[in-house]
Order: sequence, then C-alpha cells, then structure tokens
Amino acid sequence: MNPVNYLYLSALLFTIGAAGVLLRRNAIIVFMCVELMLNACNLAFVTFSRIHGNLDGQIIAFFTMVVAAAEVVVGLAIIVTIFRSRHSASVDDANLMKL
Amino acid sequence: MENLIGALVAAPLLGAAVLLLGGKALDRIGHWLGTLLAGTSFVIGLILFADMLGRSGEHRAISTTLYSWVPVNSFQADVSFQLDQLSMTFVLLITGVGTLIHLYSVGYMEHDERRRRFFGYLNLFLAAMLLLVVADNYLLLYVGWEGVGLASYLLIGFWQHKPSAATAAKKAFIVNRVGDVGLSIAIMLMFTTFGTFAFTPVLASADKASEGTLTGIGLMLLLAACGKSAQVPLQSWLGDAMEGPTPVSALIHAATMVTAGVYLITRSGPIFNLAPDAQTAVVVVGTVTLLFGAIVGCAKDDIKKALAGSTMSQIGYMVLAAGLGPIGYVFAIMHLVTHGFFKAGLFLGAGSVMHGMNDEVDMRKYGALRKYMPITFVTFGLGYLAIIGFPGLSGYFSKDKIIEAAFAKGGTEGWIIGSCALLGAAITAFYMTRVMLMTFFGEKRWQPAPDADAAPSAEPAAEGHAAGEMPHPHESPWSMTVPMIVLAFGSVFAGFLFNLNDSFLKWLEPVTGHKEGDSPLSATTVTATTVTVMVIGVAVAWLVYGRKPVPVVAPKGSLLTRAARRDLLQDDFNHVAFVQTGSYLTRGLVYLDLKGVDGLVNGTAATVGGLSSRMRRLQNGYVRSYAVSMFGGAAVLVAATLLMRAVA
Repeated sequence: MNPVNYLYLSALLFTIGAAGVLLRRNAIIVFMCVELMLNACNLAFVTFSRIHGNLDGQIIAFFTMVVAAAEVVVGLAIIVTIFRSRHSASVDDANLMKL
Repeated sequence: MENLIGALVAAPLLGAAVLLLGGKALDRIGHWLGTLLAGTSFVIGLILFADMLGRSGEHRAISTTLYSWVPVNSFQADVSFQLDQLSMTFVLLITGVGTLIHLYSVGYMEHDERRRRFFGYLNLFLAAMLLLVVADNYLLLYVGWEGVGLASYLLIGFWQHKPSAATAAKKAFIVNRVGDVGLSIAIMLMFTTFGTFAFTPVLASADKASEGTLTGIGLMLLLAACGKSAQVPLQSWLGDAMEGPTPVSALIHAATMVTAGVYLITRSGPIFNLAPDAQTAVVVVGTVTLLFGAIVGCAKDDIKKALAGSTMSQIGYMVLAAGLGPIGYVFAIMHLVTHGFFKAGLFLGAGSVMHGMNDEVDMRKYGALRKYMPITFVTFGLGYLAIIGFPGLSGYFSKDKIIEAAFAKGGTEGWIIGSCALLGAAITAFYMTRVMLMTFFGEKRWQPAPDADAAPSAEPAAEGHAAGEMPHPHESPWSMTVPMIVLAFGSVFAGFLFNLNDSFLKWLEPVTGHKEGDSPLSATTVTATTVTVMVIGVAVAWLVYGRKPVPVVAPKGSLLTRAARRDLLQDDFNHVAFVQTGSYLTRGLVYLDLKGVDGLVNGTAATVGGLSSRMRRLQNGYVRSYAVSMFGGAAVLVAATLLMRAVA
C-alpha cells in the first residue's frame, strides 16, 4: 500500500481537528479535537519514518504522546475547575482575559 | 604713595558698606558720614595729585598690585591699579564734584526718610567710578563699569514708589546691558589677540594685531561707550534717567558716569589710532549725537530733560573729539572736565529751582525766578554762559578747541564735522538761552499744583504744601548753595586755567599723545565763527522766548518740534525696530515650537496611541479567535516556506 495515503489520512484528521478547535464551543470537544490534531501529527511522523526508512519520526511520536499525556492531565484539570466555578463548559464564556 | 590708590577706592566703599548695612542707628549721622568719606577720598586724591606734580612728565604714572584675582594658567587677572595723568584728572573730577554733590544732597534730601540709603548708594557709585578710572586692566575696568551701572540703576529708581522711576531705572539698566555686551566682547577679543587685557601690554602691542581685529575691538568699545555715555543709537535711557533725584542727575548723568565712554575711548587711543574705520564710526556717532541731543534739548519743557538733551549733546562733542585721534584726545578730556563743572552746576541749579517750586519741573510754569533765588540765578547763569561758550568762560575754551580740531581733521570730512559742530554750538546757545529765559526771566507763570498727592513725602520740598497751594519760591539752604557757588567758580575759571600756557595739554600729553592738526581755517576764524553762531543762537532764542511772553500751555509746534518732544521718536523707533520685531520673532518661534517641534513629537505619540487602541481590539478574550490567529500565522509561515523553496 502506498504510504502517501497515510499522509492524506493524516491531513484529513488534522483538518477535522483544526475545524473542531475553531468552530466548537464545548471545551471538552475542543480538547478532543486538539488530541485529534496531535495524533494526526503522530501519524504523519510515523509515515515519514516509514518513507525515509529511519526511526526519527517514531521517536518524535513517542515524545508527542508523553507531552500529550501531560497536557491532558493539566488541561482536564483546568476545564473541570472552570466548569465548577462558571457552571459552563463553553470556551466563549471564559473571556475575561481581555482589555 | 602707591598704597593710597587703594585707599582712594576703599574710603567710599567703606561708606557704602557701613551705610547700607548699618541700619537705622545711622539715620541721624549717615549723610554726614557719607559726605565725610567722599571728602576723604578727595583729600587722598589731592595728596596723590601733589605727589604726582612733584615728578616729571614721563615718571608720573604709578601703579600697584593688590592681589591676584583670577590666576588661571595664561589667564592672569589682577586687582591692580594704575594712576597716570588721565586717571588723576578723573579722580579729582569724580571726588571733587562728588563731594560737592554729597554736600548738596544733605540739604536736598533732607526730608527723605531713606536719606541714609541714598548716601550709601552715592558712596557705592563713587567707589565703582574710582575703580573704573584707576583700574590697570580692562577686566577690572569692567567691574567698575558694571558697578556704576548698578549704582545708576539704584539711584534712578530711588523713588521706586513712582512707577515712572522704576521703569526708567529698568530702561537704563537694560540699554546699558547692550553696551556692556560690547565691552565684554572687546575684552574677549583682546585676550584672544594679545593674550592679556592689561592696559600697558595691550596698548603697547596694538600695532602687532591686524587692522581688522583692531577695528573689531574698536567698534565693540564704541558700542560700550555708546551705552554708558548715552550716544546714538543707545541714547534713549538718559532722558528717562532724570526720574532720579536731581543730585543723581548732576553727579552720575551729567558730570561723571556718562563720561566713562569718553574715558574708555581715550584710554584705548592706541587701538583706535590704528583702526581708522573704527575712528570714523566714533566721529559719526559723536556728530550725530551732538545734533540729536541739541535738537531734543530745544523742545523739552521739563527743565531736567532739556539739560539731559544738552548733556547728550556735549558728550557728543567729547566723543567726536576722541574720534579725531591724537589731535582731539586732550580736548575731549578738557571739555569733559569743564562740562563736569558747568553741567553739574546747572543740574544743581535746576534742583534748587525745583526745591523752591514744589518739585515743579515744567519750565512753562516758572518765570521771573531771578528775584526770588538770587544765588541760584547767578550760579546757574554762570553755568549757562560757560556752556554756550561765552568768551572767557570754561566752555568757550574747551568747545572752541574741539571745533578747531574737527576742522583740522582735514578734507571734506573736516568741513562736514566742523560745520556740524558749529551748528551744534548755535543750537546749544539757543536751547540754553531758552531754559534761562523761561526759568528766570519773563513774568510769573506759577500755578497751583494740579494734584497734591503726586509729589508728597518722598520728594523733599513737598512737605508742608497743601493741595493746590501756590508755590512760594525761596532760596535753598547753605548746604545746597555752597556747592553751586564752588561749581560756578569752576565753570568760570577752569577753561582759562587749563589753557594758561597750555597747561592741560602738557599735563595729559604724555598719556594720550598729541599732535597739532593742520586746520584749513585759522584759529582766529574758528573762534570768531563760534562766537558769532553763539550770538545768533542766543538772539533767536531771545526773539522767540524773551521778547514776548511764554505761553503756559505748550503750543502745538511744527512737526520737528513735536518729534523732538518725543525725543525724536527714539522710543517709537526702538519699539518698532526691537520690541515689535522681537515679539514677532518670539511669537514665530513659539508657533514653530508648538506646531513644528511639539507637533512632530505629539503627532508621533498620537499615531502610536491610535494604532495601539485599534490593535487592542484584537485582544477580545475569545480563545477561539486567538486560535484563528495562530492558525493564520502558521499558514502564512508554511506558505512562506513553500514559496521560498519554490523560488530557490
């Protein structure tokens, strides 16, 4: 199977994730879309690793997973805290940080 | 003997310090203390004079160094004095006339509660003026020069409760500053050219400098002289300076301070001798001023302002003579001394008249005073005869010599200057006769004082006169008449004594140098012409003011008369030329500053501010819009990278 198809899939997943981040209001959904984009990147890395025949992309994919795991911990904690104080999971309601 | 020169200056300086710092305890004796110290200075001057006469011509100058004032590497300013024949002449004039006027002021200022302070200022003036003439370098002379300026300011504005006096004092001070700038530039030029500013080395090595430099120094010195001596174009302050008490006008604004410019030019003679252009400028200034002052003197009804015009005109004669070079220096100084006598006498006479007339200064309200003030009349009359150059009196000798020297300059210039000097002599005779006739002859034109509270308390004679009361002229007390009598003697005999065996010429020649000019006219012709024009001047004045009664209200007069009453529009000229131009310039600069400089700065600030407040809207707090910017930025970066790769 042609490895380039995996790149098309990766681009598709990334686009879906990006559209979700930009268009959805629910913080959980936005968060899941961010994860989707990260994993689209991982897929691209692994594919490039396969295409070029070395392990660089695979190692970076591991790094990404570790960072994503850490990010999930912090991100979810923030979302839960905001939900507790504002009774809403909408990202548009958390708009106090402006001039 | 050398140490006495310091004492000469120290005596009045001590007087000034004691009187000004002494407080009310000295109110009762302050005036006598001031007079005594002025007299001490005069006696010291006489001792030095006797000592000087004991030596022969070349060895008469003595000098002494008190201390080093500013010793900085090659810049050596010493407080050191030099007393030669020229300085000696001034010392005797300043201390002699000064002492007499101190004595006069005892009577004149009797009812003034600030009399002690007045004498303190007078002593301060004497000290500064003596310092000016005994200094042996230009920097120390500058100290004295500023000192007399300060004393003049303080004394013109002595009755500072009158706004006119306060304004006049400021005017004198500011106009003098213009001249002082000239003196300071001249001193700087001297230092850069010669490396020193002491008289002896500068004047001895004057021929080593280029003519351009010397002309520059000469013109700057002339500017200084114009300021101090009220010469055109810096003449406007002298008329207003008459706001000061009359003894001040006599001492400072007639006999001594205003002649400092003539001293400066004569002292700097070697510089002017080598700079013909500067000399021409001096002659032109002198000639213009002698006519200017004379014309102003003809139109003034205020007796002191008429005399002020006359002073200006007579100093014009001196400056003219000093500009003629070695043929004129001695005569400039001779006229200066005789003028010191008769003009001081005339001012004291005017003060005596004012003293008796409730401080009325308008001559149109005088008349027939000769019966009421015989001593004043006689002494004023002798001063009058001296100033118009009546044969045998002092003004005759000194003015005649100047006119002769003017013709002796030679060529067309000689004729022009000489004729102007003759014309000036005729006008002098006219205006002085006018003053004389309006004051002492004719019928009484006294009127009740229009308002009583303009004059009271501070002005001495006003005490005891109720509003609207008729003045009752009376002779002044002895302390006032004695100085007038002494000065009248000087006015009569000084010129004759100076010309006996050319004694004054021989006295000053070692310092100023002298050479006889070759006049196209014989001395007899000049003398005869001078006397003739004088008689014509007197006759014209008698026809106008003696034959028929003088109107109490001044007639409208011709255009020239009206201009002369306004000092030939000097103030209007200054207003248009300097005040208005200056204020337009200032306004222009302010506009430029506000709109240009500030505009640029404020404009930049406003642009940045405006942009920032627009940029601020991007920060709306919606996390998704931030995400859009991130994506946009990333897209641009990716696009740019691809584009660069495609191009490369």
